[in-house]
Amino acid sequence: MSTSLIVLIVVILVLVLMYNSLVSKKNQVANIFASVDTVLKKRYDLIPNLVSTVSKYMQHEKSLFNEVTKLRSDANKPNISDEQKIALDAKVSSALGSIMVAVENYPELKANENVMHLQGTLNEVEEQISAARRAYNQAVTDYNNALEMIPTNFMASAMSYRKKEVFEIVQAQRQNVNVKELFE
Amino acid sequence: MKSTSKLTDFYYKTLYPTLQKLEKDRKNLRHRIIVIGVIFTLVVGLITFALSSSIAQDPDILFFIGFAYFAIATLIYKFLIKDYTKEFKQNVIRPLIHAIDEKLTYTCDNHVSEHLFKRSDLFSEPDRMSGNDYVRGNLDSTKIEFSDLHAEKKHKDSKGKVSWSTLFRGLFIVAEFNKNFHGKTIVLPDTAQSTFGNLIGNWLQSNNFNREELVKMDDNNFEREFVVYSSDQIEARYILSHSLMKRLLIFKEKSKHPVYISFIGNHIHMAIYYDKDLFEPSIFRSLLEYRIAMEYVKTLHLAISIVDELKLNQKLWSKQ
Repeated sequence: MSTSLIVLIVVILVLVLMYNSLVSKKNQVANIFASVDTVLKKRYDLIPNLVSTVSKYMQHEKSLFNEVTKLRSDANKPNISDEQKIALDAKVSSALGSIMVAVENYPELKANENVMHLQGTLNEVEEQISAARRAYNQAVTDYNNALEMIPTNFMASAMSYRKKEVFEIVQAQRQNVNVKELFE
Repeated sequence: MKSTSKLTDFYYKTLYPTLQKLEKDRKNLRHRIIVIGVIFTLVVGLITFALSSSIAQDPDILFFIGFAYFAIATLIYKFLIKDYTKEFKQNVIRPLIHAIDEKLTYTCDNHVSEHLFKRSDLFSEPDRMSGNDYVRGNLDSTKIEFSDLHAEKKHKDSKGKVSWSTLFRGLFIVAEFNKNFHGKTIVLPDTAQSTFGNLIGNWLQSNNFNREELVKMDDNNFEREFVVYSSDQIEARYILSHSLMKRLLIFKEKSKHPVYISFIGNHIHMAIYYDKDLFEPSIFRSLLEYRIAMEYVKTLHLAISIVDELKLNQKLWSKQ
């Protein structure tokens, strides 16, 4: 076999490997985003229940409820892009956070079993969302790295792959200060 | 839970009369062991001398005598220290465990079941397992059990000669985890990355066909110490939250030994590789020596503290 043929085979092999690794990275991002979407939906499903339970007691926070309800209906619209979903998620996180902080001001609500249950479920969903976000961010980082690093960047630009956005971790969530721990 | 300093106090104050009595027994035992050891060595020496003409013809006999010498010596030693060991465990280790928490039960000649060791999926299947000092109980409504464990694998060479290699030797802990999960997540000491560097190490880890998918964690210190494999990328991060990763790092730092962790069937399994039998009495060193005392106290405290340290008692909503 001539040398040029061997070189050609090696080059083709390298190209195929690069192509496959890019495709698998892109699919990994899509796969994980599907899971992110599922847990985000889980949280959106909790919103009507939450609003109907607490809005009776919390007259001063009407605007918050309106905002959350609007965000939910936005998120449920068909054909919204992944970037829009990511942006909506950040808004919902902060709005729900504000509602939960406001609940603290209503002792009768804090003791309400239904609210306690909702709060518990919401916390658990938040943990799942946080895990899904982190997994997504890692998949996107791997994908973006491949898009920028030599030699896969040439292949990626030929395939017209574009960089993807990561979830920004809301500052309040990152810190998640536990007051009890501070005094220990 | 009591701190290690309180436990050290307990060891030196409450247990002091017992320790003094045991110390006397220990000195007698040490004397007996030395005398028997010298006599036994002399006898073997004489036998070797008597056989010197045969040894000159066949040097293999010398090898056989040496092997028999060590085997019999170990048996005699084990026989001699049996009673003392039992007394030590009943009068020192048991009270020490109860001082940490009264609800814990202690059995000196039992160990964590083979089923749990296999379920942990941390090491390959053992062919022989032994262990002792089994502790179990409920701490803050979290089930925990641990024991000393020695798991070995059998090897047969082409001549049919059997040999045993150690898979794991140290402390094995199983506890209920505070979150529900379905998959399998395994956290191992990171040897590839520290030996070969990030690039090659990472490549080697991602191509480990014996394990599930590699999970890259978003905590650099954790990534440096451990490598994570999981059947589910998201669940691995659900289990290993930022705070748990920090706590595991602190735990690893404290244990000063390699730590293997797995999350399977809603339980956390931890294997701490000490490479020795733990909670055994020292014969040639005093039980009153600070270093010896601290070893018992610290190891017990480390195992029992995981419920508190890893916050396994802070159950998530669906687990309450």
